[in-house]
Amino acid sequence: MIDLYIWIGLMIIGAIVALEAPDLISAVISLGVCGFSLVFIFLRLHAPDLAIVQIIVETLSLIILIAAILRTTREDTQERLSLQKVALWLGGLFFMTVFMLSAYRIAHEMSRFGHPLLRMAASYLDMGLMKTGAANLVAAVILDFRAYDTLGEATVLFTSVIGVMAVLRAVGRKKRGG
Amino acid sequence: MQNNTQNTSSGMSLIVKTVARILAGMIMLYGIYIVAHGHLTPGGGFAGGVIIAGSFILLYLAYGATAADSDKRKWYASLCESLGIFGFWIVAILGLVFGTYFLFNIFAKGTPFHLFSAGIIPVCNVAIGVEVAGALVGIFITFAAVKLLERK
Repeated sequence: MIDLYIWIGLMIIGAIVALEAPDLISAVISLGVCGFSLVFIFLRLHAPDLAIVQIIVETLSLIILIAAILRTTREDTQERLSLQKVALWLGGLFFMTVFMLSAYRIAHEMSRFGHPLLRMAASYLDMGLMKTGAANLVAAVILDFRAYDTLGEATVLFTSVIGVMAVLRAVGRKKRGG
Repeated sequence: MQNNTQNTSSGMSLIVKTVARILAGMIMLYGIYIVAHGHLTPGGGFAGGVIIAGSFILLYLAYGATAADSDKRKWYASLCESLGIFGFWIVAILGLVFGTYFLFNIFAKGTPFHLFSAGIIPVCNVAIGVEVAGALVGIFITFAAVKLLERK
């Protein structure tokens, strides 16, 4: 259990450094620390499917973020201490206190890890291999029991890529550039 | 050593290009393995598709690109993406035609733990893998092409 807390602590430190670092490259690398710690948390919680996706997507997004920084600027905007910022900090602190208190109560009422509350989950675990023939239960759930979700998800990805390609197409840019 | 590798001015250094050329095939093979064994081992269409896209993006970063051939590459990426989502929908509708309901598992379930088992799940995994790979490579080429056009 202690290693889980170490990775969560690394994630929190990485997120804070990513917010506060004056150099944007170090901010992005701290964001990478945050994401790759999440990979180890997924592995620790026996979710290798998520770990594979997380490690690849994290790498790709780091590449894209670093490419964006190399093309624009490396320096973060400087902010002076003002009344507005102090109010924001106080508001954030208040929200965190309320969130932590409610999370503490909710965490006590949740069922233990690995013991799902829903009866549906138990029947998936029991019948998954028999009903679908897939040895990987995650694949059985996302492509058989919950295939509608996956179909919609794939369609959303398709639509978003079409949108990106339509907005950034060469024809429109050439016209504006003259 | 090939001549055109040394002569091209775009892209990174020769060391990066050579390593990228050697590694890209292995990365793609690993992605194909993840997609094909999606119903047996951790992974599946999304993870494997992103890995396959990663191998293309590695080559793209190492070798650089010009605005002229990025149009053609974007067309191929868009074709892959469209074929993937089309295949997924076709499999889903085939369940309605030959089976009883949408996304019905129309193929034989086979022996568990074998590569050819679990009915439509590996087919859908391959379709998703092709779609995700095409989508990510397409987005990457689109962003890179904007950069090239602005530089011009």
